Amino acid sequence: MASEHPRANLQPGQNLPRLALHIPEPKFRPGDAVDFAEVDVPPAGEARRPDTADKASGFTDLAYTLVRVLDDDGNAVGPWDPKLSPDVLRRMLRSMALLRAFDERMFRAQRQGKTSFYMKALGEEAVAVAAAYALDYEDMCFPSYRQQGLLIARGWSLVDMMNQIYSNTADRLGGKQLPIMYSVKEAGFFSISGNLTTQYPQAVGWAMASAAKGDTRIAATWCGEGSTAEGDFHSALTFATVYRAPVIFNIVNNQWAISSFSGFAGAEATTFAARAVGYGIAGLRVDGNDALAVYAATQWAAERARTNQGPTLIEHFTYRAEGHSTSDDPGQYRSEGEPNAWPLGDPIKRLKDHLIQIGEWDEERHAAQDKELAEQVKAAQKEAEKNGILGHGLHQPLESLFDGVFEEMPWHLKEQRQQMLDEESASGRPWDRKA
Amino acid sequence: MNMIQAINSAMDIMMERDPDVIVMGEDVGYFGGVFRATAGLQAKHGKTRVFDTPITECGIIGVAVGMGAYGLRPVPEIQFADYIYPALDQLVSEAARLRYRSAGEFTSPITVRSPFGGGIFGGQTHSQSPEGLFTHMSGIKTVIPSTPYDAKGLLIAAIEDNDPTLFFEPKRIYNGPFDGYWDRPSQNWSKHPAGAVPTGYYKIELGKAKIVRAGEALTILAYGTMVHVCTAVVAEAGIDAEIIDLRTLVPLDIETIEASVKKTGRCMIVHEATRTSGFGAELSAIVQERCFYHLEAPIERVTGFDTPYPHSLEWAYFPGPVRIGEALKKIMKDA
Ligand SMILES: Cc1ncc(C[n+]2csc(CCOP(=O)(O)OP(=O)(O)O)c2C)c(N)n1
Repeated sequence: MASEHPRANLQPGQNLPRLALHIPEPKFRPGDAVDFAEVDVPPAGEARRPDTADKASGFTDLAYTLVRVLDDDGNAVGPWDPKLSPDVLRRMLRSMALLRAFDERMFRAQRQGKTSFYMKALGEEAVAVAAAYALDYEDMCFPSYRQQGLLIARGWSLVDMMNQIYSNTADRLGGKQLPIMYSVKEAGFFSISGNLTTQYPQAVGWAMASAAKGDTRIAATWCGEGSTAEGDFHSALTFATVYRAPVIFNIVNNQWAISSFSGFAGAEATTFAARAVGYGIAGLRVDGNDALAVYAATQWAAERARTNQGPTLIEHFTYRAEGHSTSDDPGQYRSEGEPNAWPLGDPIKRLKDHLIQIGEWDEERHAAQDKELAEQVKAAQKEAEKNGILGHGLHQPLESLFDGVFEEMPWHLKEQRQQMLDEESASGRPWDRKA
Repeated sequence: MNMIQAINSAMDIMMERDPDVIVMGEDVGYFGGVFRATAGLQAKHGKTRVFDTPITECGIIGVAVGMGAYGLRPVPEIQFADYIYPALDQLVSEAARLRYRSAGEFTSPITVRSPFGGGIFGGQTHSQSPEGLFTHMSGIKTVIPSTPYDAKGLLIAAIEDNDPTLFFEPKRIYNGPFDGYWDRPSQNWSKHPAGAVPTGYYKIELGKAKIVRAGEALTILAYGTMVHVCTAVVAEAGIDAEIIDLRTLVPLDIETIEASVKKTGRCMIVHEATRTSGFGAELSAIVQERCFYHLEAPIERVTGFDTPYPHSLEWAYFPGPVRIGEALKKIMKDA
């Protein structure tokens, strides 16, 4: 039956331009010389600082620029300068350096076969650490796997973190979780999930509960830019705007999601902060390697949340300087030149330079601190390794495998537990044989 | 009370007893739910405790998990079990695993209510029985009532339970028991003894089945609507069957099942859900493992077919009197 539609009888291409499917491609691949000249870096101090009660509809400009405080000479400039005391600045610098030392040591521990897996936050230290300083200790954090800086900034025990990484006898999670999937309720650090972005609506739920109870605590959550593509991201932002939940959404745009550049999450067409606009959420785009900008934005968003003005979305523009994890080799998909060419520099160096610039720090003290922190981490590692390392025997009682599935163990799990124990003992318990 | 009223009463009572209980879902607030299960609750308990949500099932469950982590006891509703799939990740990867992965630091004391099952000309997306997806996932409990009395007692127990619980409500029997004869007038719960529901607080322990009809000839394992269909078919066939309403699928009441099959020597399993990898497969395996030497006939499974739930062919699909009747003859052939 011939259609009467004028185009129905045309062959593809006849009189019409052919369609073309766009597949995003990063600027640089292995072997390419890197030039980040096209990355738009507005001068420090330029972005305006709105009132925390301002309507979300007016944030479009801030979603497309970068809130920056530290300029190239290490001065703190502009309306976002949080004017922190030198003391707080030094503590923040110390936390960031400690995080880097911790990462360095644990990355090496994995390479030495002491644990199965590790993930660094190299180059992203400001994102988690400065946020932790701007939040109250009582505020609840729903992190992804790359915000170990929250725990470190909150002064949590390195030994305890390492015990988890080693799945040893003192592991608070009883060896049930992959290394770095911490859970520290006492430090307001929610149990990390391997499933990306599930923490986003959970943070909103926590914040809604806090508001419904007339509490004063707020929630903050983090995900990578790659993870913003998950459906949970959308549902979280929808819920947050509908109920004006006291929550801070952080997007750590470190340019890479394993081997996929940010273009596969939509970065070619817009910014991640701009996502906020359509949801009616305040959106800020921040220099993620500028600890003062991260602090100021978080503090701003926290005040907005605490005064019932609702959620804020902060995009932290940064760069994942290391491989995705110990299982990843970034040399396979991106140019080696990228980390050093990154126009926003190194967050630790930038804060250090600022402290030196204002006469509150010097290279000698910095070098001495680095040495001291390396020693501190080393000592913690020694302490943690007393409780065992993964790969040297089993550190948990076999029967604990069944603990915590339910509050009370139902018959079928008891039965399976008994079966396992019987089989293990019949086989001579190979697990118990030391290497 | 009918089952809707019983469920409504359970939530009402729990909200009165525990300020941490909150109810949320699509259309559950002002309107009172598309099946009226939450009618009047918002007016009575306030908008911050009973509220409408955006249409995002992964959001509803994800938010409930966060509320649970805060210390609330959320009772989210998924409008139809057919629409629970967007929330699967939050249920399976999060709610069900939270206690285990955090070694008890965080828990998910949430109760997810959802109307399920067919028999109402609901077609493909208002008829499904996805319980087998969840019984397969460790860390989550699955409860399915078959009467108003049980619905209230079990729902109260589920809300009080500190583990995440799925509460599937057989919508075909919201208003009255259904014997499978779709061409006859339906009954009302007011004429059924289990329609007599106390107005106050009581609960029915999770993990306990109920022997609906004691018998010697065979054991029938069923839940939800199928309990009533089986009861009617058995009465008509004049067979002395023992009918067990499982009520809770996880944790399962193994003692009641085992004792019954060992006594009768025959076991028939009936559910609306599709057959392959359905919960009936698990029941069949369990009975085979535990009662092998007592079995006098192969275990029979009467289930939905391995097809999407059809609209106009509903009564050919549905495990009704015809299909159950034929299976009964088969299993009793050599008796
Ligand atoms: C639901 C889900 N899909 C896929 C993965 C596998 N995965 C783990 S990390 C990752 C990349 C995430 O990238 P991004 O969100 O940018 O965060 P980053 O690693 O850069 O911090 C992927 C795909 C997962 N863990 N969960």
